[in-house]
Amino acid sequence: MPETVFSKPDALRDVTTHYCPGCTHGTIHRLIAEVLDELGVAQRTVGVAPVGCSVLAYEYFETDFQEASHGRAPAVATGIKRARPDLVVFAYQGDGDLASIGMAEIVHAANRGEKITVVFVNNAIYGMTGGQMAPTTMPGQVATTCPLGRDVESAGHPIRIAEMLSTLRTPAFVARTSVHTPLLSVNTKEMLRRAFTHQVEGRCFSLVEVLSTCPTNWGIPPAESMAWIEKNMLPYYPLGVFKTPESGSREPMPLEG
Amino acid sequence: MTKKLMKGSEAIGEAAVQAGCHLFFGYPITPQNEIPEYMSMRLPQVGGTFVQAESEVAASNMLYGAAGSGERVMTSSSSPGVSLMAEGISYLAGAELPVVIVNIMRGGPGLGGILPSQGDYFQATKGMAHGDFRLLVLAPWSVQEAADLVQDAFDLADYYRNPVLILGDGLIGQMMEPVEFAEDRQPVKVLPPKDWAATGNDGSKPRSVINSLFLDPEALEQHNFHLGRKYQKMERDEVRFETYGAEDEADVLVVAYGTVARVCLSALEELQSAGIKASMVRPVSLFPFPYQAVREAAAQAKTVLVVELSMGQMIEDVRLALEGSKPIHFLNRVGGMLVSPDAVVEKITAIAEGKSEEVVHA
Repeated sequence: MPETVFSKPDALRDVTTHYCPGCTHGTIHRLIAEVLDELGVAQRTVGVAPVGCSVLAYEYFETDFQEASHGRAPAVATGIKRARPDLVVFAYQGDGDLASIGMAEIVHAANRGEKITVVFVNNAIYGMTGGQMAPTTMPGQVATTCPLGRDVESAGHPIRIAEMLSTLRTPAFVARTSVHTPLLSVNTKEMLRRAFTHQVEGRCFSLVEVLSTCPTNWGIPPAESMAWIEKNMLPYYPLGVFKTPESGSREPMPLEG
Repeated sequence: MTKKLMKGSEAIGEAAVQAGCHLFFGYPITPQNEIPEYMSMRLPQVGGTFVQAESEVAASNMLYGAAGSGERVMTSSSSPGVSLMAEGISYLAGAELPVVIVNIMRGGPGLGGILPSQGDYFQATKGMAHGDFRLLVLAPWSVQEAADLVQDAFDLADYYRNPVLILGDGLIGQMMEPVEFAEDRQPVKVLPPKDWAATGNDGSKPRSVINSLFLDPEALEQHNFHLGRKYQKMERDEVRFETYGAEDEADVLVVAYGTVARVCLSALEELQSAGIKASMVRPVSLFPFPYQAVREAAAQAKTVLVVELSMGQMIEDVRLALEGSKPIHFLNRVGGMLVSPDAVVEKITAIAEGKSEEVVHA
């Protein structure tokens, strides 16, 4: 009998996604599902879907899900985890959702040390609404609301979420990865495994920022999109682990007097 | 059962705990801070969790997550904070999540003031937020009633899978009165298990997805019809009101809710000795509004007086109830100013003597 050596993860539903050709949401979904399966936690996992291209993420995972309003996935995940600490809770968010409208929720969920995992998919543009400028859009990058390219004089520079959150004292694990090469995808899975493991083992907040493509709204073919990440995003959004439970002291400073 | 002297805010918090609510998410805003403060002290004693949210926006979404997990959960706020929660409340209604929200109203619009008001009646009963939905709205007039309604609110929220709003004002939150909590309290509804909650899927039941997104217009229409049937059932089964002398003929029928109704009741007692016959209907549920009760009580009266701490909001429901059958007069104070019993006596006397002008709408 031939042996099955590659199959769909159990935590992923057997459905066709709506994602565009060359979009890496599907890859990231799969990596999360593989990690949930391998950790054996899929049956007690609740995902939180965002508003954005991955608004229908709840259709693609086999786990229970809650659909959040725009930007509020970390608050919804907080509510779930506080209500049911026995569940494994993850939020899946894009750059408009997390880094623009939801900035307050992500910063405070991270700073409270909510025992949740956030997967932050950064493709430097608003996808679902049709290619508007995101907080992570690169300087000079053309978007429908910056037709001449992002002007840092009026729009400022792109926000580096992983770096910013790693300045907080509380979070356990903050990393940035990419999925534009097979090797980096393997690395992304490892980062996701570390992030979910911190949660499963009861340590606090973990976030993995994943650089992602948007050929449709970048206006370039899928293969070139992979190269575009390499050339334009990697120099500004370096990959790596920015924070671990071991990095930095978390001892509160005693009050005097 | 023993009575205990409690501040309204504390009684609201304790009532929630007694009703099995072990989760509270909220953001500070005057004049309701005693509720989150009480919960931050009380919930750890019962193994519960209090989280001070970064904003009311976040608080309402924490409610969503917790309620979607099948647990009883509450928040409290005051008018500007409730406006910030409005988006979240629309999602809660759309996803059919049971939560209890307390609004201790203050004057507005904008930052307004921090003193009692009833300016959020429209928001509570007609237009909380975007989309086609209703909240069940209950308005207490005493600390004991606030405690009772909060406990009922959790049952009603679970039964209808819908947010329930407790609409109070600064007086309810601040005044101290004796309260008792029944030790053997039974739910006001037979509550089915929350098998819809998203608590993990081991394959023994269908996957749970908490959601208010319906991209297919036919599916959304069916969802709207389904929600509409729930609101109709509330209108049929959940009308709450009290009447005071409304069976007898009267010169003036007063319609007032919340603490304003207490002021009016004092005035009614005073008028009795002066020989002016006045009665009162006090709506306790604001949605559903007791249209029939107001109509029937008004049938016994020559005129109707609506008293509110707003520029005239509930009066529109009274007009709907009466459909032009009786003249309506209006007495109000706003901005945090209160209606005094003397002002009510004076107004009713003026109405009885034909010296008050009725409200005329073009």
